Amino acid sequence: MPPTKESKRDRPPAAEGGRPRGTPQRLGDRVFSGASTGAGVLILVILAGVAAFLIAEAWPALWADSEDVTGGDGIVLYIWPVLFGTLISAAFALVIATPLAVAIALFISHYAPRRVASLLGYVIDLLAAVPSIIFGLWGVAELAPMTVGPTEWLADNLGFIPLFDGPASATGRTMLVAVIVLAVMILPIATAVIREAFLQTPRLHEEASLALGATRWEMIRMAVLPFGRSAIIGGSMLGLGRALGETMAVAIVLSANRDIVSFDLISSANSSTIAANIALSFPESSGLDVNTLIASGLVLFAVTLLVNMGARAVINRRREFSGAN
Amino acid sequence: MAKRIEVKGLDIYYDKFLAVQGVTMTIEPRSVTALIGPSGCGKSTFLRTLNRMHELVPKARVEGKVLMDEQDLYGAGVDPVGVRRHIGMVFQRPNPFPTMSIYDNVAAGLKLNNKRIKKADLDALVERSLRSANLWEEVKDRLPKPGSGLSGGQQQRLCIARAIAVAPDVLLMDEPCSALDPISTQAIEDLITELKEQYTIVIVTHNMQQAQRVSDVTGFFNLKAIGEPGGLVEIDTTTKIFTNPANQSTEDYVSGRFG
Repeated sequence: MPPTKESKRDRPPAAEGGRPRGTPQRLGDRVFSGASTGAGVLILVILAGVAAFLIAEAWPALWADSEDVTGGDGIVLYIWPVLFGTLISAAFALVIATPLAVAIALFISHYAPRRVASLLGYVIDLLAAVPSIIFGLWGVAELAPMTVGPTEWLADNLGFIPLFDGPASATGRTMLVAVIVLAVMILPIATAVIREAFLQTPRLHEEASLALGATRWEMIRMAVLPFGRSAIIGGSMLGLGRALGETMAVAIVLSANRDIVSFDLISSANSSTIAANIALSFPESSGLDVNTLIASGLVLFAVTLLVNMGARAVINRRREFSGAN
Repeated sequence: MAKRIEVKGLDIYYDKFLAVQGVTMTIEPRSVTALIGPSGCGKSTFLRTLNRMHELVPKARVEGKVLMDEQDLYGAGVDPVGVRRHIGMVFQRPNPFPTMSIYDNVAAGLKLNNKRIKKADLDALVERSLRSANLWEEVKDRLPKPGSGLSGGQQQRLCIARAIAVAPDVLLMDEPCSALDPISTQAIEDLITELKEQYTIVIVTHNMQQAQRVSDVTGFFNLKAIGEPGGLVEIDTTTKIFTNPANQSTEDYVSGRFG
């Protein structure tokens, strides 16, 4: 294959280019092409608008004197702890949710009897529709008290691991609970995306491995997982996006101390997340405090963009092997 | 290598539906047995019972016996996975693993059988399999490239290399050329003729000229009547089937009067 530009190969040839000069264009084609181009441009305009708003509103906070910024230590020291909290909660949620999502998706697509599979798929989809505040309430009212005993044990016995440094929170309103709640919340979307891909694994490839004498698990490793690889990444990233931006569930669960940076998941002193911090602080803010909060929002926006671009880069790198050709 | 298969009174069911009835035949080692017949007569279904692939359809089952050198493939305690490791299969459409390189495609089965195989041994086996499949010269400089980048005919030979890499006793081919152009078809047919020196080959084909060109023995499958199960009408040397078959419907089919 001659080396062509990646971007050219990805897209189907534009209809315009293939149309010989002078061919009459029908009204329907013109309307539809205009409408779809308009929709495509609109999404860019909206994205640019959001970015412009964030930058404009964050601008004063970015250049303000350190003492004037909320907390009095400057914008960087204000945002860093909540950014840290955001990243660590989303990352651990992903670590818990991704293997579970892959396992559930595999069970639905390749192990469960058809009836059980469709029922389970339906239930998972329903989970996606539960509002996040419900998960937050469940986390603080049910899950948090349940974690008190186990976290004390963790602090006593595995305290040498920084994650379980302790002292364990007496209320259970810890980063660990927030992480678990986030993991449960992103499970449905990740599972749904991964399951769809697994179900579309070509029968031909499954049979190819089985005919070689592969067991079911070996067949899954040879045919299903490689085929679903980009869906696993894509599904997790959708989940990560949701976890990064989740507001209410985290705001309810965490007793926020927004200037703490710690890997300790089970202590009552824990960092907040950007979204939760904005939600909790915004009502009482005015003037430069608002600009500071919006600056943290800008950071969240940038992080989310970077995560998505990173995920796409990973997916693209092995496009040649994706089976799309 | 190259074992004899004896099929005795095989009935193939999908749940309660009897798809193929009463097949009895002997498949000789180091020869090519072609199965011909109109669409829907059960030849592919029958082929897939020889390596227990047809069990992948829920509720599919068989009655009767399939013996490979006296061992009953459907005996109690026989693992279908083990059966498939000894009876390789090539499919109608080339199906190399799209996420694997050419090298890994050939090595896939070897790695299943022998997890600790040394790199040098693996290299040698991959080369030998690709040479046996008449593909080595075409791909030796691009082994790390994806198998899906090859042409259809090359992909099919890659699949044959993958199947013979594990040194099976029998090679089943389900219309291996039906998705290929005439040149690629000829390459596969030449390959089949070479491979029969070492393997027992069973090939299902819709192409009667192909059956005549490559096979030593031909079996004709047909439906008894519309709505009735399919079955083996007769099996004999290819010359006999195509010049002087015993059964009138075979005669009609090979002379092109139906099908």
